[in-house]
Amino acid sequence: MSDHVSATPVGTPRRVGAPPPPSHLSADTLARARQIIALYPEARSALIPLCHLAQQEEGWLTAEAMVDIASLVGVTPTEVLGTASFYDMLHTEPVGTYLVAVCTNIACLLNGAGELLEHAETSLGVNAGGTTADGSITLEEAECLADCDRAPCVQVNHRFVGAQSPETFDQLVTDLRAGTRSADIPSHGTLIRVTRTTGLEADRAQVASERAAMADAQKARSAAAEPSPKGGS
Amino acid sequence: MSVTDAPKIVTGRIGFDDSHTLERYLDTGGYDGLRKALTMTPEAVAHEVDTASLLGRGGAGFPAGRKWAMLRKNPVTYLVVNGDESEPATFKDHLLVERDPHQLIEGVLIAAYALQVSQVFIFIRGEFALGLERVQGALNDAYSTGAVGRDIFGSGFSVDVVVHPGAGAYICGEETALLESLEGKRGFPRIKPPFFPAAIGLYGEPTVVNNVETMSNLPWIVLNGGAAFAALGEGRSTGTRLFALAGHVNNPGVFEIEMVKTTFDDLINAPVLGGGIPHGRGLKAFIPGGVSAPWFGPDQIDLPLGQDEVAGAGSMLGSGSVVVMDDHTCAVRASWRITKFFSRESCGQCTPCREGSGWLEKIMERIERGHGREEDLDLLLDACDNIAPGLTWPPQQTTICVLGPSIPSSIGSAIRMFRDEFLVHIKEGGCPYE
Ligand SMILES: Cc1cc2nc3c(=O)[nH]c(=O)nc-3n(C[C@H](O)[C@H](O)[C@H](O)COP(=O)(O)O)c2cc1C
Ligand code: SF4
Ligand code: FES
Repeated sequence: MSDHVSATPVGTPRRVGAPPPPSHLSADTLARARQIIALYPEARSALIPLCHLAQQEEGWLTAEAMVDIASLVGVTPTEVLGTASFYDMLHTEPVGTYLVAVCTNIACLLNGAGELLEHAETSLGVNAGGTTADGSITLEEAECLADCDRAPCVQVNHRFVGAQSPETFDQLVTDLRAGTRSADIPSHGTLIRVTRTTGLEADRAQVASERAAMADAQKARSAAAEPSPKGGS
Repeated sequence: MSVTDAPKIVTGRIGFDDSHTLERYLDTGGYDGLRKALTMTPEAVAHEVDTASLLGRGGAGFPAGRKWAMLRKNPVTYLVVNGDESEPATFKDHLLVERDPHQLIEGVLIAAYALQVSQVFIFIRGEFALGLERVQGALNDAYSTGAVGRDIFGSGFSVDVVVHPGAGAYICGEETALLESLEGKRGFPRIKPPFFPAAIGLYGEPTVVNNVETMSNLPWIVLNGGAAFAALGEGRSTGTRLFALAGHVNNPGVFEIEMVKTTFDDLINAPVLGGGIPHGRGLKAFIPGGVSAPWFGPDQIDLPLGQDEVAGAGSMLGSGSVVVMDDHTCAVRASWRITKFFSRESCGQCTPCREGSGWLEKIMERIERGHGREEDLDLLLDACDNIAPGLTWPPQQTTICVLGPSIPSSIGSAIRMFRDEFLVHIKEGGCPYE
């Protein structure tokens, strides 16, 4: 877990034309970041994917990482923070090695989620939102995670682990702390195993001109066509 | 009971353990729909979808064919697929992205061809780590077989598809909030008009937004024809549809069911579907279409699973999620939890939604914990009336998006159906079910 203080405070405006600040992201992350940016017509669209990517390293978004993301997508660090703070999965404070989320929404509530969360709080010794003293686990009370037929639903680092009872929950925590689940539950960041290996392999200008040609053809066709057929029954 | 043996249009492959792989997909007719579509004109493909009367599966139920037809005159720039699936107790798209990602991709490519769009974004809820892996993995394989990319299957049509992860915010399921999020911003819904995606969508360009399940139906529709799809179901509710059944049932899960031909009773109680309520308990209430929908009681259990039928009875089929509550359920606690959800997920732009949801949650909590007052019931209804004046269904809109006006549904239903229970909480100073 990182406890270093930001060298460039979030909110420091970057002078236009100034050289980008030195990157705090690893070379590998930086390379993947550039690949992701290239997928979008506008670089800012990569902001959230890059936050996910940066979180892979320490589980949360350090001020340095936000500065780097800002310079990569062409916004201010404050805009990165302002955007990231809207989203539950993006953490601007340190979190534990394992993020354990217990859903207490309606389908899980009806199947004992309230009791499970209470148990988790007692056995971990933290309230929902807190991190255990050993830094291994952050407990979260989640909204519906769309796994409602396996209720009460629990996710660890955004991997579904199936319905849990108080007993299986304690075993899960023991396993996590012992490191025996690290193969099926990787560290934070949902993109950790998501890699795009191929692409369009054509430049954007060429695709744009093809698209314009397609649009013209379509216009010509709809001008020639009868009024479009009414559907439905 | 009537559970029809309609074809499994979107879940046909789910029985295989390796349903997500390209090998299994190709073995079971995969990409044949796309190949066929590419031999047709884009207009003919769109016409099949129009004939099918495929209602959008994201919640609003707008016919996909009609949505596309509105755009046939002025070209669309982007197709965006909505895989945010965060409506509580909705988990059908979860199944589709994890278990049949190629079917989704094929559907997306068919739609892209029909709309003549060369850039697609598939937005998938960030909490679906495995789903994101599966869809990206499938996409990589689809690129290598020539189904996506330049000159797909030698047709001259080129299209790029990008998988985009969400980051945890229910509101990003609302289509204009989704577009903001896709532009790298906070998920604030846009004001409509003028920001209808069809007119001013992603990066200000005309954009079609469709749900994951809507897209996943397209390969079958193209292969079998829109008329075959329209022959299933009844009225406007054609084809089959995925229903996510959860709460107090013996066999919760996602079921593909022919529209209208099956009732809520069948879904909840048929042995091959929900299998009834556990512990021999009775039915107290059920939510027919996601937590934004008004609740139904045992009297409505014979209603058919059809969009207009459910709307006619004063609720909605919405996202196709059905939550069953047995007769030991505390209606106050259930509606409080739903209200807490809205309060947490309100994006905060509109006062009635932001403030209203917060106050409603506090009053509900007070009642559930035994500190309520009798006046609280009127106070709750008054606050609800301030969010959606008249408390009609469908609700009046006072806000930028419909999240706000959806808030009163659960509280209004609980008070209407179980007023006595609120009074017991108040008079006895606590929850009688604890
Ligand atoms: C608060 C809110 C949440 C929504 N969440 C989703 C969602 O998670 N998935 C989805 O497909 N549609 C969702 N919708 C509906 C979308 O705005 C949109 O109507 C839909 O994606 C269109 O696709 P369809 O026509 O194929 O149904 C939501 C709407 C609102 C108001
Ligand atoms: S109704 Fe609620 S969620 Fe929708 S825009 Fe307004 S504040 Fe945001
Ligand atoms: S209600 Fe808990 S996962 Fe859906």
